[in-house]
Amino acid sequence: MDFHLSKEQEMVRKMYREFAETEVKPLAEEIDEEERFPMETVEKMAKLGMMGIYFPKEYGGAGGDVLSYAMCVEELAKVCGTTAVIVSAHTSLCCAPIFEHGTEEQKKKYLPDLLSGKKIGAFGLTEPNAGTDASGQQTTAVKNENGDWVLNGSKCFITNGTVAETFVVFAMTDKKLGNHGISAFIVEKSFPGFSTGKHEKKMGIRGSSTCDLIFEDCIVPKENLLGQEGKGFKIAMMTLDGGRIGIAAQALGLGEGAINEAVKYTQERVQFKKRLSQFQNTQFQLADMHTRMQAAQYLVYAAAMKKQNHESYSMDAAMAKLFAAESASDVTRRAVQLFGGYGYTREYPVERMMRDAKITEIYEGTSEVQRMVIAKYMGVK
Amino acid sequence: MKIIVCVKQVPDTSGKVAVNPDGTLNRASMAAITNPDDLNAVEAALVLKEQTGAELIVVSMGPPPAEGMLREVMARGVDRAILVSAREFGGSDTYATSQILAAAIDKIGVEKDDIVMCGRQAIDGDTAQVGPQIAEKLGLPQVSYAAEITKEGDTITVKRMLEDGYMTIKVKTPCLITCIKELNTPRYMSVGGIYECYSKPYEIFDYNTLKDHPFIDKDTIGLSGSPTNILTSFTPPQKGAGMMLEGADKATCEQLAGILAKKHMI
Repeated sequence: MDFHLSKEQEMVRKMYREFAETEVKPLAEEIDEEERFPMETVEKMAKLGMMGIYFPKEYGGAGGDVLSYAMCVEELAKVCGTTAVIVSAHTSLCCAPIFEHGTEEQKKKYLPDLLSGKKIGAFGLTEPNAGTDASGQQTTAVKNENGDWVLNGSKCFITNGTVAETFVVFAMTDKKLGNHGISAFIVEKSFPGFSTGKHEKKMGIRGSSTCDLIFEDCIVPKENLLGQEGKGFKIAMMTLDGGRIGIAAQALGLGEGAINEAVKYTQERVQFKKRLSQFQNTQFQLADMHTRMQAAQYLVYAAAMKKQNHESYSMDAAMAKLFAAESASDVTRRAVQLFGGYGYTREYPVERMMRDAKITEIYEGTSEVQRMVIAKYMGVK
Repeated sequence: MKIIVCVKQVPDTSGKVAVNPDGTLNRASMAAITNPDDLNAVEAALVLKEQTGAELIVVSMGPPPAEGMLREVMARGVDRAILVSAREFGGSDTYATSQILAAAIDKIGVEKDDIVMCGRQAIDGDTAQVGPQIAEKLGLPQVSYAAEITKEGDTITVKRMLEDGYMTIKVKTPCLITCIKELNTPRYMSVGGIYECYSKPYEIFDYNTLKDHPFIDKDTIGLSGSPTNILTSFTPPQKGAGMMLEGADKATCEQLAGILAKKHMI
């Protein structure tokens, strides 16, 4: 695989890096501490096309590619895991399924506002009793006399939940059919019977919004069925394949960001009259950490390029997410160890990075789910 | 209406500054960036473009790799770019550079409604001479050190920032304005702009393109056309902290009024 970046990809990375350093990094500690959604950053990213990177200009996208999207999430995550997941969930979990499965009318109606960042998007699949077993959907959608859908039930752990205005939501339209009875819908925040529930207090990515979605006789117009009736589970799984590239890129950035901090710190900190970086243990640790994240980067970029080229990429995305997430957890933990006691304090960013990294092993498919996907594609039964 | 902005690729002096044994900058070993004041000029021009719908053209003189910088400037919203590049132009000082850039701008054509903009000075040479020299050679009125620019019809009002005060000047187009960092905050490149910038018009003006222009002569361009000799380069002494008068008595007030009057500020 050719990993040479195009001139545009090099340039876009430079822009993301400058933006992350100047606009995102200074807020990272504050939004974590205050559990505050950084709306001002979203507005700035929207102006630069970062909320619709790889979608065509005709729908209001920036006309970039999937790798340049992954690089955006990566560069943001180097300094702030929260800001990275806002872009990832919005792009991969809401814009992508509408673009890939929506009718022309749906795309024209919803994508311009989403891709320009005027509205934020979210995805509602997980329920209290349907996590990894997403097929156990208890939210129902029943047709009323007008042919519109009436949704009842609730979703939990929804990223961007309190701030989003457009949601891709899954509900059971025919319980008897199991997975084949699940359908997808585009739900607007303003639809009657829709509300958001409690905001979750989390260990990491604390500036991101995570909440319940509640549907109480929520009327969804018939034209808002996304894809065909009964194809919702397939849409959800395809969407999560793409989402895994975003979360893998987030994990990649978190690990790389922790290495940047650790390299800087160990070159300054003196113990036993030597800089920490002069000790072989430090050098070996940092070499291992860098090697792991470099390997993760190859996996993430390969999955992004395959998606861009319309090749099958489900296994690649699962491997990228599995390896990047577990590497990010390992590397951020090691970074805290290199910082010693200071690493455990909120004075330095590595403890935040360690807390942020953990979720990448859990959401959009746990590491165990990724292993199931990989084994399935290997033909191991 | 056209806005022509001159930009220069310079070594990044915010990192490690490498100096040759002869005291000149070792450009090859330093990262190249767009001259910061020039980005302020580009930003001001983008704002005027948004207000007026003007065509925005950037011009740079430099070696072929300067294309990367010009593409980045186009990714911010500039319509087209021209790189003035030829061996014959190499080694030019500010006099020869302004001679060549004036010829290039004249070839693009400066019409009644047009504006030429430059950064105040480049961080490599720090002369602040090229902009004003271009204006003189093209016979354009010039306003330097612009900290605020507003346009109404063919009249541009510029607030100039000087060492000890501001001066507001009105000027009619066509004119040349040099810009300082206090003017604005340059925007980032946008994702859409980046993916468009390689399909925007990009031209090279080489020696043959400009050789028939009256400004271009072997004695006015390149090393042989450069009258400047650098005798020595040094770091200027830091300026003092200013003068503080204390007291609310009549004598102090008179002293203050005297100082301000001497500087023609009252």
